[in-house]
Amino acid sequence: MAVATARPAAPAGAPTGATFDWPAAAWDALVTGLLAGALGLFMVGFRTTDYGSAGLQFEYHLVDLLVACVAIFLGRLALTAAANGWPLVTFVIGAALLAAAQGLKLPSSFLTVVISMIGVALMLRALWVWLRRSSGGSAAIAGLSSSMGQGTQRLYPWFGAALLAFAVVMPFLPFADQKVMDLGILILTYVMLGWGLNIVVGLAGLLDLGYVAFYAVGAYAYALLSTQHGWSFWICLPVAGILAAMFGVLLGFPVLRLRGDYLAIVTLGFGEIVKIVLQNWVDFTEGPAGIGGIPGPTVLGHVFAEQAPEGKTTFHEWVGIEFSGNHRLIFLYFVILVLALITNFVTMRLRRLPVGRAWEALREDEIACQALGINPTNTKLTAFAIGAMFAGFAGSFFAAKQRFISPESFVFIESAIILSIVVLGGMGSQFGVVLAAILLIGLPEWFRDLGQYRMLAFGLAMVLIMVFKPKGLVSHRDPTVRLHPAGAG
Amino acid sequence: MAEPALVEVRGVATMLEVRGIETFYGAIQALHGVDLAVRRGEIVTLIGANGAGKSTLLMTICGAPQARRGAVLFEGNDITRLPTHEIMRRGIAQVPEGRRIFARMSVFENLQMGAAFADPAHFAADLERVYTLFPRLKERHQQRGGTLSGGEQQMLAIGRALMSRPRLLLLDEPSLGLAPLIVRQIFETIRAIARDEGVTIFLVEQNAFHALRLADRGYVLVNGRVKMAGSGAELLANPEVRAAYLEGGAH
Repeated sequence: MAVATARPAAPAGAPTGATFDWPAAAWDALVTGLLAGALGLFMVGFRTTDYGSAGLQFEYHLVDLLVACVAIFLGRLALTAAANGWPLVTFVIGAALLAAAQGLKLPSSFLTVVISMIGVALMLRALWVWLRRSSGGSAAIAGLSSSMGQGTQRLYPWFGAALLAFAVVMPFLPFADQKVMDLGILILTYVMLGWGLNIVVGLAGLLDLGYVAFYAVGAYAYALLSTQHGWSFWICLPVAGILAAMFGVLLGFPVLRLRGDYLAIVTLGFGEIVKIVLQNWVDFTEGPAGIGGIPGPTVLGHVFAEQAPEGKTTFHEWVGIEFSGNHRLIFLYFVILVLALITNFVTMRLRRLPVGRAWEALREDEIACQALGINPTNTKLTAFAIGAMFAGFAGSFFAAKQRFISPESFVFIESAIILSIVVLGGMGSQFGVVLAAILLIGLPEWFRDLGQYRMLAFGLAMVLIMVFKPKGLVSHRDPTVRLHPAGAG
Repeated sequence: MAEPALVEVRGVATMLEVRGIETFYGAIQALHGVDLAVRRGEIVTLIGANGAGKSTLLMTICGAPQARRGAVLFEGNDITRLPTHEIMRRGIAQVPEGRRIFARMSVFENLQMGAAFADPAHFAADLERVYTLFPRLKERHQQRGGTLSGGEQQMLAIGRALMSRPRLLLLDEPSLGLAPLIVRQIFETIRAIARDEGVTIFLVEQNAFHALRLADRGYVLVNGRVKMAGSGAELLANPEVRAAYLEGGAH
């Protein structure tokens, strides 16, 4: 389908419909449809299914294949039409596909989803052509989007403040049931992890694919100290952070001389090593069975439970309100909110200090940094250590919230998601991380009704962000020093 | 003139001295025992063809790569085995080859990085000094370094190096890839820095004509060895130098 759009498009605003060769376009679309059919025949058309006593038998999905081929034929035709100045045709075909997908009883819900998406995409393509025409060419669009970009840049602080205000009052709003609170806590955890990784990747420019290892160190530090030594959450929190920071330095030393791809591979390995150790050191970590019965955080020693364990009082008795399971969630929510805000605050402060500026300079050019007397070793190690420390905090929070952890929670995909949040948010942008975390963590949760297709929606969202905002959602970098326009001197 | 006149220049006034430096890249020897010296307040240039080892010598002074044999002395102290960042904190500043400014940071932030290890009390004055030398930088102080033109980037690289208040400024091919008019401006500024600020300058250049006209003294490096040494004017007049490095004349 991309081939059609890659053809030399007609100049915007000049309808060239008169020269559009319909039979050729139809033939081209037909070939595409047949090709798709031939390719899909053995992958989609037949399937062998085990019927037990009856043995393996063919199942035929020829109707699915036929529907798909028709959709591909129409889609190709519509895209060619759009590229040649006939957006109306594209729009009608798109609308028809959408209506057909929603109205007709298609053989599988997967087809319904995919064909609906094709329909919407075609309608958007047609709208795009119209938009270019109405605003008098692409120059106008470019001007519009750049002025919009500058406008939104000024608005970021306001967005940020509004988002923070919403985050603070959210637990007390009527729709904040258990599900919403859980989601809020999850998003905030990833916001915090994103901000932590942003120090390493966004500021210092060190591509770290094993960030989840530090998250795991923090989680296991709290889980082990609390279940085996009875330490409270608030004592374990700094301990877990320090332990994770030490692991950060431990990882930092061997990778000091590595950059880019090589660094990514080694950090990836480090993440896996930590996970494998957690899985196999059964005496210490309980192995794959995980650690359960981890106590949650307390308020001045008061636990969140309906019945207090021996020697303790419960939070609702202490405050004198009726017990509700939501109290614990609201408390956890504010704990992670405060932790995340601390991460943000510390990062913003560090950026303005020599060490933070050295991180950014190191990201830009390591040799120049050395020429200016900056010690790259110390600079990299502090970035790894501080980034890891915040992952350690987040990890012990995670353990306290889940009350059960196992190595399964610290697999590579977690590192990948956190890194995606940083990259999609726009490397180094604190606000971008929030947006990306809401998108990447929130959307798949909201899309849970889509069942197995929610990862498809997730992938689509990522592709769309990278197509339209290749430098991330917020690609603007704030200078660390604001100067008066009159000059600095 | 074939012998570097080391005895003359050695003494209390010697700021930088390179003694029998041999530098290797793996098994390949790039410098075969280089001797040279820079006196306080001088402009000294090192010229030579591509691959003669000019940049290697400058980088060896900075400790990356370190010399395998020989010694580098700065103000009488041996700095041969110090790590680069330690060397650069002792009053030496480097304008690296290819400028290497911080592209995504603003002009002001670039200059701020240059002052990372300088006394913050001098910051405002030093900034004003750099902005006086390069008014263009003041005009563009909030612009990203990467969006500057080549000449402006070179100015920024020099300005950034000056922010550390160096006593010795090492410049690696400041004329690289710049238009002749800009090259002339940059060299004028280098002269001004030496004359007005009293900064000693060691300049590595391929553009032999401009470099020798500017320099008090010059060295010619051929295949990792100093082949000739003398005053800038002497070298400019030398037929061998003219044939090898000034072919095409003053462009």
